Amino acid sequence: MREMRTCEFRDLGRAGYAEALAIQKQLVEQRKQGLIPDQLLIVEHPHVITLGRNGHRENLLASEEVLQRAGIEFYPSDRGGDITYHGPGQIVGYPILDLREWKRDVVAYVRAVELAIIDALADFDIHAGRLDGCTGVWVNGGKVAAIGVHISRWVTSHGFALNHTTDLNYFHYIVPCGLTKPVTSMEALGSRAGRDEVVAALVRQFAKHFQFEDYTGKNACVTTMETIS
Amino acid sequence: MTDVVMPQMGESIVEGTLTKWLKKPGEHVERDEPLFEISTDKVDTEIPSPAAGVLKEVLVEEGKTVAISTVVGRIEEGAGNGASASAPAAAKQAPAIQAPAAPAPPPKAPEPAPQPIAQAAQEPQPAAQADGDSQTGALSPLVRKIAREYGIDLRQVKGTGGGGRITKQDLEAYMSAQGARTMAQAGAPAPSPSAAPAAPTPAPPGAAPARPAAAAPAASIPTTPMPRAEAPRARVEAMSTMRAKIAEHMILSKRTSAHVTTVHKTDMTKIAKMRERHKTEFQQRYGYSLTYLPFVIAAAVEAIRAYPIVNASIEGNNIIYHNEINIGIAVALENGLIVPVIRNADEKNVTGLQRSIVDLSTRARSRQLKPDEVQGGTFSITNFGSFGSVFATPIINQPQVAILGVGSVEKIPVVVDDAIAIRSVAYLALTFDHRLIDGAVADQYTGKVKSILENWAEEVL
Repeated sequence: MREMRTCEFRDLGRAGYAEALAIQKQLVEQRKQGLIPDQLLIVEHPHVITLGRNGHRENLLASEEVLQRAGIEFYPSDRGGDITYHGPGQIVGYPILDLREWKRDVVAYVRAVELAIIDALADFDIHAGRLDGCTGVWVNGGKVAAIGVHISRWVTSHGFALNHTTDLNYFHYIVPCGLTKPVTSMEALGSRAGRDEVVAALVRQFAKHFQFEDYTGKNACVTTMETIS
Repeated sequence: MTDVVMPQMGESIVEGTLTKWLKKPGEHVERDEPLFEISTDKVDTEIPSPAAGVLKEVLVEEGKTVAISTVVGRIEEGAGNGASASAPAAAKQAPAIQAPAAPAPPPKAPEPAPQPIAQAAQEPQPAAQADGDSQTGALSPLVRKIAREYGIDLRQVKGTGGGGRITKQDLEAYMSAQGARTMAQAGAPAPSPSAAPAAPTPAPPGAAPARPAAAAPAASIPTTPMPRAEAPRARVEAMSTMRAKIAEHMILSKRTSAHVTTVHKTDMTKIAKMRERHKTEFQQRYGYSLTYLPFVIAAAVEAIRAYPIVNASIEGNNIIYHNEINIGIAVALENGLIVPVIRNADEKNVTGLQRSIVDLSTRARSRQLKPDEVQGGTFSITNFGSFGSVFATPIINQPQVAILGVGSVEKIPVVVDDAIAIRSVAYLALTFDHRLIDGAVADQYTGKVKSILENWAEEVL
């Protein structure tokens, strides 16, 4: 009885926050109209600090002027969650799913995203888990992936940000997600995995946890993050 | 009156925080139009209105958490007196975004918006009005207004609201479909602002696949699915991270250094003979073949000892002479290029260098290199000869100041002591940073490499 569910996967490579947001918005509209199947966008943002709709500006620890000098953009956003940082070395995922075709349950959705990331990290011998009351993915008390979601008519947007080789110093400008807990990255946890491998693992786990029989790669050009000299 | 309740957003959810009312009391709201937002566990959700009408009462303030099914507000249904309330809402939608759907007034289309809208409003529209009264049921003022503005024949629109009523969403869906069809047929750029940045122009760097949406203003009327309706003239693909980095590095280098290339013809006959002699035994003993490259690296390293400036970098107005000789070896990958580094290459003999080359290039191709294995190079060698190139002008690998390119080794007739002989010859091309290295020094260095190779005496095995 269940129809075959498909997810289109696109790796946008490096893209500005506003640019990726515009792409998300268009895809969300198309998804609402049923013109396209579910989507998973993967992107790497330049330095940007974003504030969720219900975020607290006092969690921004630097003035916008200071940020500007440090080359960091500041962007109020309509996702859930508080304040966060995106930047090079981070794997940002924006699933655009119609939850009516999966489960009409926003909490189950967030838990499934967490699980997909946890299972993907296990591929790289990182034992991650959840922390009660603190959405996100945690390893030894450090947050390795943040989650912030927006839902309109059961269609999801925004998503998760996994610190792969992120320069964690940039988190000093904020109180991440309003929590005074440390952040960490796969690199800081000793993983040498390349970006392509991690993205591939995320896509695989994502397909598993959301029961996609099939996902189609679009521009799935995945490469290592190592310095190309 | 219709009660607006806190919805259940999932099995385990018993309460929700109302974070924002998107409408104020007294404002008109369409059925399914976002009415308020709730927040549960890092998820913000827009809740659509259960009915069309005027938001009469707000019972739960922003910031309050209430149990599911709690009545948070009330809506008074009926569109009759909504005229004044809906007018501003309609005006907000109006800015002529969705022109493509209107077949009626083609000559007017290119004109600035305000004038035609006013005219359209005054013009008698028999079609729309007749429909409104007949089978389409009660229409909200907003739906009437949109239909009038865009000249939509409401008989063509399928209503999905209560009793087959046509809602704003039905109109939008209809217009999107029409818009897509129009574009597919005509292929002409529609006057809609969102159509402007569509495909035909060559992709700007870093353009993402769904680019056309970027400029579309976030009005609540959805954009038409343009990328699908148009036959593509080019395929747009985001650069891989590696490709973007290569591009960045190449341009950075060209901007930084004053590139000059000098080419020395080098007689590789002695090396060729030595390779020939040891080929089989080397392969048997080590499991990989002996190539020309380790000889070139060894010669380049020895020549660096004589001309250390080739192994330097520039920092501001200072010259940094590196004590280590770390040689980067360019390795071609399926979709790019990586330069792993042989550290302390001066401490290795030809066999050791050959082993490093095989190890690093194998792991480069299987993406197994560690980050520190692609960093810290002080000089680079690129072996384009292995792809058949006789000579090329490589780009310096910043912050280094020189790179040696090795052309293919070919047997050619040369004049030796006034006699024609067959020799194995390769061109060695040194690209150097003329800011730091003068032409004379570059040629002395390359001449030294040449002389070491031509007079190679040391046995390999």
